[in-house]
Formats: sequence, structure tokens, C-alpha cells
Amino acid sequence: MTQDVWILGISMTKFGKHRGKDTVDLASEAALAALADAGVGMTDIEVLAAGSLMAGTSAFGQQLQKQIGQTGIPVYNVANACATGATALRTVIMAIKAGEADLGLAVGVEKLSGAGLLGPATRRKESDTWVPDGRFGAVAPLDGRIGTESMPGVFAQIGLEYGHKYGGADFELFARISEKNHAHSTLNPLAAYSKRFTLEEIMNDVMIAYPNTRPMCSANCDGAAAAVVVSGTRLRALPLEQRRRAVKISASVLTSDPWREGCQVLPDVNTLTRQAAARAYEQAGLGPRDLDLVELHDCFATAELVHYDNLMLCEEGGAVDFFNSGATWRDGKTPVNVSGGLESKGHPIAATGIANVWEICHHLRGEAGDRQIEGARAGLAHVIGLGSACGVHVLEKAAV
Amino acid sequence: MADRVPLVDYLVLSEDPRLVARECERCAARFFDRRNACASCGATTFRGVDIPRTGTLVTYTIVSVAPPGVAVPFVAAVVDCGGTAVRGNLVNVAPDPGRLTPGMELRLTTVSVGTDGAGTEAVGYGFEPA
Ligand SMILES: [Zn+2]
Repeated sequence: MTQDVWILGISMTKFGKHRGKDTVDLASEAALAALADAGVGMTDIEVLAAGSLMAGTSAFGQQLQKQIGQTGIPVYNVANACATGATALRTVIMAIKAGEADLGLAVGVEKLSGAGLLGPATRRKESDTWVPDGRFGAVAPLDGRIGTESMPGVFAQIGLEYGHKYGGADFELFARISEKNHAHSTLNPLAAYSKRFTLEEIMNDVMIAYPNTRPMCSANCDGAAAAVVVSGTRLRALPLEQRRRAVKISASVLTSDPWREGCQVLPDVNTLTRQAAARAYEQAGLGPRDLDLVELHDCFATAELVHYDNLMLCEEGGAVDFFNSGATWRDGKTPVNVSGGLESKGHPIAATGIANVWEICHHLRGEAGDRQIEGARAGLAHVIGLGSACGVHVLEKAAV
Repeated sequence: MADRVPLVDYLVLSEDPRLVARECERCAARFFDRRNACASCGATTFRGVDIPRTGTLVTYTIVSVAPPGVAVPFVAAVVDCGGTAVRGNLVNVAPDPGRLTPGMELRLTTVSVGTDGAGTEAVGYGFEPA
């Protein structure tokens, strides 16, 4: 039988602008807080997985070790777009399930304040003579000439495609999803933005890519998150107080996008999310109706709608009715993004996939203060990195 | 006639400009880029197939904010051309959600990208209301 795995300690920094701190400072802050929360030290950790897309080094984990503890353990530096944090967590979970370690640390961090619009990493220079280049034999940059490569535009098309297929999703509906998440964020002291917006303010703000206005896009910010993962065997030998706060990882799944007609024309974020969710529910022995809260990847308001359906929180094609029923507000039957989501909590890319898990753990431990979902026993954290990678973790409250 | 080059190699400039996809000889999956193998079945041989010049709008966005060098606003879209999804801009139509309806009929057209120092014109494509 494979080893069961648990979150023993977990933390996130405040998301926002951290002018005086660099990437290693933020990662250290999150990692040391997670270790303290777990009641263990760096010398107890047997494996480290770390991710930071903007750190500008392929050995970020080692830079972190040089500040918090060089103990000689294996380090896995991971990158998987916006699923980087979930990938770091999953890497540690796999090492523990494989029996190679009993305690591991996963860390994700990003300095993104003021990064502006996220899109293609490099843009070709306009040349004085046309020379075919790249996989399309293109003589000039294609962004803006043959569709868009910008994230708000890509996810706008994904949302409108769903709206057209099933009906009922217009500009105002997407804006109301954003209204919900910004309203939720007012209860989250660690959110980058915790201002409530009216529907009119959201709809009249700067249009980025129709129907996504600025408050309907994820917020670039600085932040880090870290988790200490422990094997069931080791956990059972720990004192009651640590066992009581431990959170069971009932499912941990990572998928990539399987080929579908059109998936290289417009990324298909649906199929891999649906497959990850199905596998996660099977692993956990739980269904969507058993979830007390969900943190899903609302990189744009248009994305949140399709993931209600992909995560099977509603019937296929029923995401609009599901949202309109009020189900995803914090007092609804399946609260979604009570943290404020990426639109207001913020989206420091590599930290996001651990910060989402932190939010769920916070509620399952009964430590979420003003925004506590009362009696929460099970939750799901979802992230998607365009390219694509999807991470889903299902978490349950300890039975002790 | 001055020299003309296509913006991308899957655009064929002729009397009737058209898009040509690389179709997997085994599973018929279609691609527009240079291939190493088929992402659907792994086969390594492809044939060129003409994509129908008309189609319907699957989805779109109106991009209003873009990186430097990209002219805004523009309408980015996915068009279903006889069962094959094609990426392209909508042209000769106002960038106004009131004018754009998924399912609307579209046809392929060409768009000048500009002329280089040697006097060669680059020609791209877009879709306009049919
Ligand atoms: Zn094939």
C-alpha cells in the first residue's frame, strides 16, 4: 500500500508589493514560517522542491538553501508556468509516496509587481527584409496579426466560447464573477487588493481584452508560499497537537493537455482540467458535492466560469446557472475563491499553486478568522499553467 | 507585379489565396506549423490539404491593450473552416461586440503587412463577414 501524505505546516507571505525584499527573502520568509508551523527544522527535511519563474536562475532552490539551511538534501528546481507551485508540491508528495523521504518542503515565489501584461516571453524584432523564421515560416511577429498571444485575450476567447456553446454568458455575467471575488477579498488580510468593487466600476474600468476589464484580470504582485509535507508513518509518531492540525492530502494530480482538434489554435484548458478533476475525485473517494470550498484558477473572470464546469461543480453546460444560483459566493453551497482569487488576492505565479492549498488548509484547520467557512472538512485547490499543465489537490481535515 | 511573400508559410498567395494545413496521413489531425511528428498519433508523414475559404466564428476577443508594437484594437478570433479550427483576426468589421456574433459566416481575405527595404510586400490573412 502506498504511503498516505499530509500537510504538516504551510504558510504564505502577504501578497502585494515587497519593495525591500528580493525573491530569496520572500521564499525564506515563507519557508521558515512553514517549518515553524510544522514544528520541524530544516535539518528534518529530506527533499526540497522549489519554483520561481522570474528568479532568473536554474538553481533557485540552492539559493534558498544558502539562506535557510544547506543540509545536502536533493533539490528539485521546477517550472510549469502558472502550475509551478502545484508542481513543486506534487514533486515532494511523489518523493514521499515513493518512500524516498518522510518530510519534504515545497516552495514557490515570485516578484511580479509592475510586470504589466503577461504574454509571449520574447517578441521578434521587426526586420528590414522579410525572412521566414520559426515553425510557421513567419516573416514578421504574429501577435496581433494572426490572433493574440496575450493571456487576457486567450482566456477571453475561452470564456466566450463556453458562453456561445451553452448560452447565458455575457459581459455582465463575467463581471459579476469578478464582483464576487473582489467582495470575498475584503476578508483576506493577506490579499494584494482587498477593495470591494461595484459591478459598474468593474464594467467601466479599462478594457484589456473584451470581455475582461482590468479588475477581471489576475493581479501581478510579489509573494511566496511554502508547505511542509509529511508521510503518514512519520505523522503517527508526532504529538497530538501536530496530528490535529495536519491536513490530509487525499488527492494530488498533475495533467498536461491531450491533443484535441483546435488545441494548437486556441489552448484547450478544459480537457486537462476535467481529466485532473476526475482522477482527483477518484483518488480521494470524494465527489464535488463533498467539497466545502474550492480555490480555482481565476486568472481571468472568463476562466472561472469554465472551471465550474471542468471541475464538475455543476452539470455539464450548467456553469452560468450554477453561478447565477449564488452557489459560489461564500454563503453558497460550493464557495469558490473565498480568498479573493487571483483577481484580488494576487497571482505571484510560482507561489499560487501552494497559496491556494494554504487557503484550503486554513479553513480545514478552523483558523481562517473572519472568512472561515464554518465546519469545513474537505476542499479542492486547482491551478492551470498555460501550455498547459493542470494541478489539482483535494484536502481533508484530520480525523483526530 | 512587385514581389510578394506570405506572412506565414501556410498561406498560399495565388488568384485564390488559401490556407494549407499539414494533415497527418494516418489519423488526419491537422496542423499549421512545421512538424516533427503528429501530436495526436505519433505518425511522421503529412500531406498538404487546402482549408475551405469560408467558415463560421467560434469565439473572439477584442484586444485593447497589447505589448508595444502591436496595433490595437483588433479582433482576435477562432474560425471553424469546415471542421478545422483556424486562428486569425477579423477584418473589415468594427471591433464592437454588437457586430460580432459567434456562428456568423466569414470568409478568408488577405491583408498587407507592409513592404520591406527591397520593395517586397508581405501579405497576411484575416477573415471578413461573408
Ligand atoms: Zn496522426
